[in-house]
Amino acid sequence: MKQQLEAIRDSAVKELAQAKGQQVLETLRVKYLGKKGELTSILKQMGGLSAEERPVIGQLANQVRSLIEEELTKRASELKDQVVQARLEQEKLDVTLPGKHHELGAKHPLSIVLDEIKEIFVGMGFEIVDGPEVEYDYYNFEALNIPKNHPARDTQDTFYINDNIVLRTQTSPVQVRVMEKTQPPIRIISPGRVYRSDAVDATHSPLFHQIEGLVVDKGITFANLKDTLETFVKRLYGEDSVVRFRPHHFPFTEPSAEVDVQCFNCHGEGCRLCKGEGWIEILGCGMVHPKVLSNCGIDPEVYSGFALGMGLERVVMRRYNIDDLRLFYENDIRFLKQF
Amino acid sequence: MNLSMKWLKEFVALDPMPMRDFTEAVTISGSKVEEYHTEGTDIDKVVVGRVLSITPHPDSDHLLICSVDVGEIEPVQIVTGAQNLKENDLVPAALHGSTLPNGVKIKKGKLRGVESFGMLCSLSELGLTLNDFPYAIENGIFVLQEDCKPGDPIQQAIGLDDTQVEFEITSNRPDCFSVIGLAREVAATFQKPLTLHTPVVKGGHGSGKELLDVAIEASDLCSAYCARIVKNVRVKPSPRWMRERLRVMGVRPINNIVDITNYVMLEYGQPMHAFDLRFVEQGNIRVRRAKAGESITTLDGVERKLNESNLVIADAAKPVAVAGVMGGEYSGIMDDTTTIVFESACFDAVSVRLTAKALGMRTDASSRFEKGLDPNNCLPALERACELVELLDAGDVLDDVMMDGTIEVQPRRIPLEADWINRFLGCELSAAQMEEILGRIGCRLDGDTVVVPTFRPDLQHKADIAEEIARFYGYNNIPSQSLPGGAQGKFSARQRFDSAVSSAMLALGLSEITTYSFISPKYYDKIRMPVDSPLRRSVVISNPLGEDTSMMRTVALPSMMEILAKNYNNRNAAAALFEPAREYLPTEPDKLPVERKVLIAGLYGNDADFFTLKGIVEDLLERVGVTGWDIAAASEEFSYHPGRCAVLTIDGERLGVLGEIHPQVQENYGIGERVYSFTLDLDLMFRCAQTEKHYTPLPKFPAVTRDLALICSDEIPVRDLQKAIVRGAGKLLESVRLFDVYKGEQIEAGKKSVAFSLVLRSGEGTLNEEATSSVMKKVFQELEKIGALLRS
Repeated sequence: MKQQLEAIRDSAVKELAQAKGQQVLETLRVKYLGKKGELTSILKQMGGLSAEERPVIGQLANQVRSLIEEELTKRASELKDQVVQARLEQEKLDVTLPGKHHELGAKHPLSIVLDEIKEIFVGMGFEIVDGPEVEYDYYNFEALNIPKNHPARDTQDTFYINDNIVLRTQTSPVQVRVMEKTQPPIRIISPGRVYRSDAVDATHSPLFHQIEGLVVDKGITFANLKDTLETFVKRLYGEDSVVRFRPHHFPFTEPSAEVDVQCFNCHGEGCRLCKGEGWIEILGCGMVHPKVLSNCGIDPEVYSGFALGMGLERVVMRRYNIDDLRLFYENDIRFLKQF
Repeated sequence: MNLSMKWLKEFVALDPMPMRDFTEAVTISGSKVEEYHTEGTDIDKVVVGRVLSITPHPDSDHLLICSVDVGEIEPVQIVTGAQNLKENDLVPAALHGSTLPNGVKIKKGKLRGVESFGMLCSLSELGLTLNDFPYAIENGIFVLQEDCKPGDPIQQAIGLDDTQVEFEITSNRPDCFSVIGLAREVAATFQKPLTLHTPVVKGGHGSGKELLDVAIEASDLCSAYCARIVKNVRVKPSPRWMRERLRVMGVRPINNIVDITNYVMLEYGQPMHAFDLRFVEQGNIRVRRAKAGESITTLDGVERKLNESNLVIADAAKPVAVAGVMGGEYSGIMDDTTTIVFESACFDAVSVRLTAKALGMRTDASSRFEKGLDPNNCLPALERACELVELLDAGDVLDDVMMDGTIEVQPRRIPLEADWINRFLGCELSAAQMEEILGRIGCRLDGDTVVVPTFRPDLQHKADIAEEIARFYGYNNIPSQSLPGGAQGKFSARQRFDSAVSSAMLALGLSEITTYSFISPKYYDKIRMPVDSPLRRSVVISNPLGEDTSMMRTVALPSMMEILAKNYNNRNAAAALFEPAREYLPTEPDKLPVERKVLIAGLYGNDADFFTLKGIVEDLLERVGVTGWDIAAASEEFSYHPGRCAVLTIDGERLGVLGEIHPQVQENYGIGERVYSFTLDLDLMFRCAQTEKHYTPLPKFPAVTRDLALICSDEIPVRDLQKAIVRGAGKLLESVRLFDVYKGEQIEAGKKSVAFSLVLRSGEGTLNEEATSSVMKKVFQELEKIGALLRS
């Protein structure tokens, strides 16, 4: 019997090593280990053995069984590996082929930068306020210290609906409306469309966007104005931006200033980008004129404040090196998809 | 406003410094330099030459060969075509390798075989005109009558070495429209004294009073008027120094009298006027309102109708000048003029502005008057003009100054509140520092009061005083200080909603556009708006740039269509666009319109169809939490295909419209593809949106799926079938999905087959067959009620 067991063992090992495919492996399992398999039929004859032989043969038989089982598992795993290997080889891709796309929309460049500016101001404690674009002359001009026939009206060629209603030339009327309704502290920005009667060309448009800001509280100083705008400019243009304040005139602020940022290209030396000046003007600002505060029902002896304003298009044009403002309003999809 | 640096230095002794430092410093103190240009820097290697000899060219009858002394050891030979030269003439000689204005380079060469080592120049070749050098001739070499010698650089010889600085002057600073005003700013900037000159007139040629009487009748429009007479006028070119200064200031020299009026205007900022006394009838000057029906032919030869709002200078009979704007044609200086009247006056700013605007002539004078001039400047300016007449020997000045009105007004007084100013600016200056700064700009301190000079009408309030102090202390020297804390910035719920809408649209593949909110009335025709539609009533701009931008849109569709058409014309195969847009709906005539915010989308190409569009709407509304809306076919929407359009409602309110654009509209815009568009009311969307999300536990029990094939009349909308299913299945229905609609061979004509997949689920346990069948039975009953049967 010992020889028989050894013969089964040898033949099983040999056949398993040559087996190809899971099917064959199963057949071999039945052949050797099945209920009617070879090993089983040998074991059935164990009853005829002597008491001394039985444990010896029994032990051998168990060894043979575990060996065959081990070999079966091993071979099964080998075969599975082969299948996987074959599949992997077959499924090789040209990974340089283009990806599959789901079309995504593009945000308008004006919105991209405006959102960024809004985030900066919200981060500094401002809220965002909206107002009408078709506006009373009073809010657009008179409340802002620009009475009828004031020369400043010349520089803002206004679209009139009638004597009392205009298309707003600035977003400042929103500030007046806020001041009329709210007692300080006030900390707002008002972005939006403004209208001026300028013919369309590469740098002019009868409709463009402004962002204006207003802070009113007790004890607001010009020093606060400077710090707020310096912070804003650094957030927008980078921490190493250099800013300067230059006196200017706006009827609704006093003192008034324009803010220049040092040319990013030439660092103040003067180049084509900054027209040789070394500085690029980016916004106007000033301390709210006490008359404007009183016009809005805020006591200038108790409160003070500052206001700021900037044109969005110019900021965006500089950001992306866009040389023609008309592109914003033509909305060619090839333009929009670049941002 | 241009400024001559040479003229400036007459009033301020500046230390030598690079121009860049100068412009930087004055810009920072508030006088912004736009640009500057030093004359003659575009000219190089052009020198004075003396013509030694002139010989004819052997091979030409019009060329001449000149030997020219250019200050070097050997004379140079230059061939010229000009015929106005003689020996010993001093001429501008452009040498080999020289540069002329406009970048022209001169090199040696041969003219008909004869070598020429440069070029002799005319006035225009040096960038000059006869106004600069009236003694020269236009067509020929500029023969110099200047004190110079061969070899001198031409810039030096003809005074082409001044620097012109262009300033941006803000509307509050009429005083800076003058050399003296700018000099005061410069002196204050560099802390140098300002040296002013007091004009001295000799006179002594008889009484003027006997010849002229002046009176202001409209005292509300003219606060001061003064005049002085000059007889025996000798009209000739002004001297070179005056011509040079005028040129640098951008004013064309004409003759001594005209030049003097311009010179004084530039120097003092006070516009001057000169009349020929012959044409002042009865020697009477009346400053009055024009009478109805009066007219005047102005210096430019145009006849202008006047009305009672126009201020005029009149003689006994007629207007002779439009006050502060322009003189009449007879008031100019003519060849036979012998006696003139110089006028210097102070007119009302608003009146001059309105008159100049109404008559359509904005002049150097009007642009100064309309900013408000200093009445106290009238008399000194008049005296300066007369002084210059004597200096230039342009005539004999008579003794009297005829005047009316208030020639001298009292300065304004503003308390100096040093503490308030420091608190306002956020700095700590002493009262003495403030006084020093204010002194630089001509303010005087009387105790605690600032006495403001009359040439500074803009200083009215303590905030104005604070600005002056800040300007010269230096805006950039004031420390920066962060805002006091405590403010909470945030986006409002509406702003977050609008931003969520845009994000959803971007994710759905549409790109954002920005369009003009004004349109042409014709655009309403283009979108097939009926002529009697109330939407035609728009907010109309009374002074539009053109018809295309003449009214505010009441619907956003034309703007979207324009952009789609532009993309189509630019050969973009497909476009899917959206805009959060405003529509402007008029209310009452003197009230503001309602500005309604809508979301408009438009698309063509990429095999888009009605259901592409509808899918976008459905996804969007779901994403931003707008549920419970209803949809119905709409055949009356004028811009849309009557069979492919739907209106969305929510609780009976119109939420929006979506559909295929009417083929006629599509054609009107020249788009060769089907266009799809929707407009949704953003305000209503926001009101209905459920932006708060709630968690629903994931199901514990398995679902049962049932597919349902129905047959019904083609007229029944799928939406109705779906509603019947929902009614029938009740709360066990988890979802119902349409998966097929079929019309054709196996179906009776006029009917369709519709297939749905239902998912049923209970939260309490696994649904058994019995429960499922009972639900389905109710579903069938509901369907039967509307005429839909199970397809067998």
